[in-house]
Amino acid sequence: MNGRCVLALLLATLTLLSVGCASVSGQGQHPQDPYETTNRQVSDFNDSIDRSLLKPVATQYKQTVPEVLQSGVKNVFGNLTDIWSTANNAMQLKPMETAETGLRAAVNSVFGIYGLIDWGTRIGLQRHNADFGQTLGYWGVPSGPFVVLPIFGPSNVRDTVGLVVDMDQNLWSHVDPTATRYTGTALRVIDKRAEFLGMDQQLDQVALDKYAFIRDAYLQRRKAQTQRVKDDKDRGYGPADGIKEERYDQ
Amino acid sequence: MRTFNIFLRFVRQGSLRLILATLGMVIGIQAPVMALEAPDAFMQRLSSDMLDTVRKDPALKAGDLQKIASLVDTRLVEHINFKRMTASAIGPAWRQATPEQQKRLIEEFKVLLMRSYSGALAQVKDNYTIVVKPLRAPATDSEVVIRSELRGGNEPVAIEYRLEQTPDTASGWRIYNFNLLGVWLVDNYRTQFAQEINAKGIDGLIATLSERNKANNRK
Repeated sequence: MNGRCVLALLLATLTLLSVGCASVSGQGQHPQDPYETTNRQVSDFNDSIDRSLLKPVATQYKQTVPEVLQSGVKNVFGNLTDIWSTANNAMQLKPMETAETGLRAAVNSVFGIYGLIDWGTRIGLQRHNADFGQTLGYWGVPSGPFVVLPIFGPSNVRDTVGLVVDMDQNLWSHVDPTATRYTGTALRVIDKRAEFLGMDQQLDQVALDKYAFIRDAYLQRRKAQTQRVKDDKDRGYGPADGIKEERYDQ
Repeated sequence: MRTFNIFLRFVRQGSLRLILATLGMVIGIQAPVMALEAPDAFMQRLSSDMLDTVRKDPALKAGDLQKIASLVDTRLVEHINFKRMTASAIGPAWRQATPEQQKRLIEEFKVLLMRSYSGALAQVKDNYTIVVKPLRAPATDSEVVIRSELRGGNEPVAIEYRLEQTPDTASGWRIYNFNLLGVWLVDNYRTQFAQEINAKGIDGLIATLSERNKANNRK
């Protein structure tokens, strides 16, 4: 039994738990969010951890660690993600995205010292992120209800499974010794959080109800990401996507 | 040959339609299609223009809200249908609102939307460019979706716009919804607005919006 299995089990248990102890309130309920009460509690818990631990650490990291080191961390973990994104783009039958992300990962791994230097962006190869939750969605696996995972944040049942697979497939999960692996993972989390500094304040300003804002954005975004576009060549232009938006101003 | 190419471009960009429309007006016929510019060309022009302005002005890049507000007022507002956006975010309850309430809702929602926009502008870096995906069919539809990508970072950022034809603007088009990374902004407010209206009514929503905007201004 290794760490990854423990993590997978933990996530599965937490999901079941949040499903199990959810109270179902009737009014104003979002159809995709039957466990809203529990989800809101987990959100508050995540926010408090962020406020007391993650955000201060990320702020320090951004202010004190030299920028070269920061971009090195970002690039190495970005490169590892690119490799897995390439596989997912392939599984989603997206030839252009697979080729560009794959080539980018190859260039960065070979010439960029394990991805430390991001040559890919410099020569115009951009990443197209793709994860296993998307791949499942692409092949028709329904998303299931919205759930907020402790620490990991907004998700749904399908994407929680996807997340476990993503973490297992990330090459960093196989790094030995354990101490190096955990240090790296911590660095990765801090770096990710540092990226979003400032944006959280912005979010507080534009949302009337932060929880609902994040949930609805997550649902919309994941739906858009897992939608099969019938003819990719036609993506440049659409007659309002075939969906006439209902209007109330007339 | 060059003249012919220019002529073709004119036709594509809808100038021919402008001529026909003018002719139609002169002889007293209302032309059914009023678009003066191809919607993708219009969006490319508008977004590159905004990006250039921000790049050249350090105050805008730093997120100076007053300057952003005046930029938006002078250059952007005429191209956006705030009334339609607000009505769409509020849904059926819009029709129950009085004209005065509607006016207040539009004002407050506009300020809130511009807050998001200024936050996005503050993220713009010097090497960023906007690529609008090309139009593949003649625009006979009165409503279209224009897709574009913000490039320059290590990941392309997908931005989409819903446009409607209108006789009121120079281009013949107006934006009524905006999508960043798969999220339609107006749609994303629907649940929150409905919550407020259900709990406190239309006036309650106006009060909440106005308080939020005031609080944001103090920061």
